[in-house]
Amino acid sequence: MQFGVFSVGDITPDPNTGRAVSEAERIRIMVTVALKAEEVGLDVFAAGEHHNPPFVPSSPTTLLGFIAAQTQQLLLSTATTLITTNDPVKIAEDYAMLQHLADGRVDLMMGRGNTGPVYPWFGQDIRNGIPLAYEHYALLHRLWREDVVDWEGKLRTPLTGFTSVPRPLDGVPPFVWHGSIRSPEIAEQAAYYGDGFFHNNIFWPADHVKRMVALYRRRWEHYGHGPADQAIVGLGGHVFMRKNSQDAVREFRPYFDHAPVYGGGMSLEDYMAQTPMTIGSPQQVIDRTLGFREFVGDYQRQLFIADHGGLPLKTVLEQMDILGGEVVPVLRREFAALKPVHVPEAPVHPRVVAARAEREGATADATSHVASAPSGVPA
Amino acid sequence: MTTRARWVEVVSAGLGQPSSTRLLADRLTAAVDRHLRDAGVDATIEVVELRDHAQDLTNHLLTGFPSPKLQAAIDAVLAADGLIAVSPIFSASFSGLFKLFFDVVERDGLTGMPTLIAATGGTARHSLALEHALRPLFAYLNAATVATAVFAAAEDWGSAGIASEGSLVQRIERSAAELASAMATRESRHAPDPFADPVPFEHLLKSQDRG
Repeated sequence: MQFGVFSVGDITPDPNTGRAVSEAERIRIMVTVALKAEEVGLDVFAAGEHHNPPFVPSSPTTLLGFIAAQTQQLLLSTATTLITTNDPVKIAEDYAMLQHLADGRVDLMMGRGNTGPVYPWFGQDIRNGIPLAYEHYALLHRLWREDVVDWEGKLRTPLTGFTSVPRPLDGVPPFVWHGSIRSPEIAEQAAYYGDGFFHNNIFWPADHVKRMVALYRRRWEHYGHGPADQAIVGLGGHVFMRKNSQDAVREFRPYFDHAPVYGGGMSLEDYMAQTPMTIGSPQQVIDRTLGFREFVGDYQRQLFIADHGGLPLKTVLEQMDILGGEVVPVLRREFAALKPVHVPEAPVHPRVVAARAEREGATADATSHVASAPSGVPA
Repeated sequence: MTTRARWVEVVSAGLGQPSSTRLLADRLTAAVDRHLRDAGVDATIEVVELRDHAQDLTNHLLTGFPSPKLQAAIDAVLAADGLIAVSPIFSASFSGLFKLFFDVVERDGLTGMPTLIAATGGTARHSLALEHALRPLFAYLNAATVATAVFAAAEDWGSAGIASEGSLVQRIERSAAELASAMATRESRHAPDPFADPVPFEHLLKSQDRG
């Protein structure tokens, strides 16, 4: 199972001091968080993509490429890549380039974006959110799998004889997760392609998350990718920990009350009761996180939001020390003990390449006829 | 004639306890129930008092999801066969609390819903708010609003409780008959559940081609 952190890259004044960091500082903080993730033994760092203040990360592959150069093991991902307003051709090129530079340590999470004006700023229409997600991804999927693409759709200029370069590393496209909080259409899309499905869990009650993931699993099986419990599921999470849970709550409360996504509404206590947010001791976080598999099944990736809401970098790094030192090792052990052997890990580049080599070896050894490469998509 | 079952949900945005808005809602409810039974329809009627959900409604707007209690109220409205929606008139329109609720109900959830709109106010001078505020709101939501909307001014409660021409009682009767008739002639509503019956991806792609 993969554990990691994601950063949306918001500039929010620290409610305790009123001070907001500069863009330069905020970008450095994202890099520091990513390097810390590797240092404390986490598997994944995922960067948000935004095109409006108070966010800084508009150019994720630049950021992730810079991080790739300073890490050895860390898997670099996105939270999320805007499949609606980005040109799928540019996504294909940018992330294939990153994949080469990072030796395959790259995957992506597709999202539609929730800021209305970003669509017109990029020449699109928010009412086409789902159609854009479908059409752009259908093209991206082909660009990474076919060397020469002729394509015509409704929402982008046609292509004739186009080759997206560089080709994916070793001919293996980056693994893709589709993230959606509330649209069953996106769970359906993820299931259709046999891609991963990510639910950012932090904003919604468990009942809803359960329904979305159950739909994705059922449809994954329907489309012939294997049994439902082998579908690839990821979850978000929001935690804040201190040795004593009361200290955690006391220290985190001003950040909750002033966070743009949380503040002004319900109390921290009500929010924790109704969503998977966990503010407390490391043991409480372990127990709550282990509980996630009770409503989504055995899953492959758990990301926690790292730096956000104006938390000082020092605090963020302390949290990551606790996460990497006390929480994730226990979660790895416990989740592994609970997971049946037939439930796969999330695909990563070296494993996909090795599996392919094994298959090809087997095919070459056999006297036979069939060389049906699994395309990942039903015929 | 076989007895059929229909579900009526009443949404009342009165603030006082008791409130004249709830009083009007109850009169409408009783009349609709009687007309449905006369038409051989067995009605189950449930009331949502928005006052009980006021904080949850604000929280929903800010955090993006409903509390379990509010979700149950929204689900009940979406699953109903008919809706009675009653608001006090504040500052020339429905109350903010009333609007909050319909702001968080799913956009297409009320499509085709037989709906009776009603309102209360201090004087009859506010009665057209039903026509310039409530009716357009439900038109936007694609609800099937019945022709007669019922306004109860304070003085109406002091007039004779008989169905004389133009009286509150007569308006309640006419409107209730219209709602009962709209409900009785329709099949029970069945809102498709996108989780139980997902639209296959190929269809989703195709519907895009037509769009």
